[in-house]
Amino acid sequence: MIRNAIIIDAGDNIATVLRDVAAGGEVVAGSGDDTVVLAARDAIPFGHKVAVRDIAEGESILKYGAVIGAATQPIAKGMHVHVQNVVSLRGRGDLAARETSA
Amino acid sequence: MSFLGYRRADGQVGTRNYVGVLATVACANEVALGIANQVRGTMAFTHQQGCCQTPPDLERVTRTLAGLGCNPNLASVILVSLGCEGTNVTAVAEAIRATGKPVEILAIQESGGLANTLAKGTLMAQKLVMEASRVEREPCPDSALVLGLKCGSSDTTSGLAPNPALGLAVERLTAAGGTAVMGEVTEFIGAEHVLAAQAKDEATGRRILDLVERMENRVKAVGVDMRGGQPTPGNIKGGLTTIEEKSLGAIAKAGRAVVQGVYEYGERPQEKGLVVMDSPGREPELLTGMAAAGCNVIVFTTGRGAPQGFPFVPVLKVTGNRNTWETLVDHMDLSVHEVIDGSESMPAAANRLYDAVLGVAGGVTTKAEVSGYFKAMDIYVTGPVI
Repeated sequence: MIRNAIIIDAGDNIATVLRDVAAGGEVVAGSGDDTVVLAARDAIPFGHKVAVRDIAEGESILKYGAVIGAATQPIAKGMHVHVQNVVSLRGRGDLAARETSA
Repeated sequence: MSFLGYRRADGQVGTRNYVGVLATVACANEVALGIANQVRGTMAFTHQQGCCQTPPDLERVTRTLAGLGCNPNLASVILVSLGCEGTNVTAVAEAIRATGKPVEILAIQESGGLANTLAKGTLMAQKLVMEASRVEREPCPDSALVLGLKCGSSDTTSGLAPNPALGLAVERLTAAGGTAVMGEVTEFIGAEHVLAAQAKDEATGRRILDLVERMENRVKAVGVDMRGGQPTPGNIKGGLTTIEEKSLGAIAKAGRAVVQGVYEYGERPQEKGLVVMDSPGREPELLTGMAAAGCNVIVFTTGRGAPQGFPFVPVLKVTGNRNTWETLVDHMDLSVHEVIDGSESMPAAANRLYDAVLGVAGGVTTKAEVSGYFKAMDIYVTGPVI
């Protein structure tokens, strides 16, 4: 099976795809010596992220074994993980401004 | 390993041998460019600063110009001043003179305007270029390299191949006694704990965290979510979702090298090894800061394809994106995309990168040098224009 995605750290809940994957297409993600296979629910462009397990709203998104943001809605395994369903937790002047005005 | 470089009087080693024509204020740019256009062997540095700014910014402009003039890639320097600016031109000249290299000041108001200053400066530059041409390259050890680390127009391939490959090259360089300078503090946000843990001691780690806090507070003071500014629209298109994700990929440029020191923007490192320098991520200010810190080569990793170099410090472009490598042929110097395909090992790619750095240090030209793609430059300021 040819790998078309990579899970950088075994604890990550997303994989990065190494070529375009069509909706319904197969994601074959290498994770060290292991391989995780799943179906893409959305089209995942080259370099973008796909959920490798179900992620709850508010749950951390993990890449490189570290937190890169939080899910703004439930993300099912196989869905495209990007700005439409993930927020950053840093550099958020908007949150600070809201706290100040509250 | 070694490379052929230009040994300077103060012990630094140049990888290029230009006469620098530095504008000390934005109002002197035309004359600096005019002189540089007339005389082969010169390089102009222009910017938008040097007057009507708060004292901390004027002090930074003065320090940065001094650092640029002291860069070993310049054999000598002409400072082009208007004559009434806020930059401390005398202090810039004194700092450069202390390295032992010739430095001249030309003031436009005193010299009688554009045409007269241009004539005087052109003759001066011709003489300095001819003197500089007598300096010969000689063998220098890898420890004479001061390597600037930069990533730009990143996509997710940046964190998978070119940045980790550069990280391994940095480990090799610092083990050989060389220096590496990492800036782009904005792109530590979300990964600062990893970098701080690589510091030589707790105090150094604390200084990294302080730099990041200062940068994040500057951003938050604007009262918005910085996404769209960082990560950039191009980063997002390339698959980077948050600054945390971008940062974790970005700090891979340092490898596992120990952070020996933390510096303000444009300050020259006092020790060998990996150091961190305060700077934003944007290219014109970052590349200038690296040059002012004394970097004699800069490695610039990119995903989507950033074209820019710097006038007198070679900037080697490395990508891990096969499409960028195949389409941006006049901008990319090296590709490590086969690491992502699995057909090249990371250490092999890192060694190719290291060899390419030595080649460029010894005089191999970069794509940015050949194409003259190095006109976007500026000095980092944090206060208002007043």
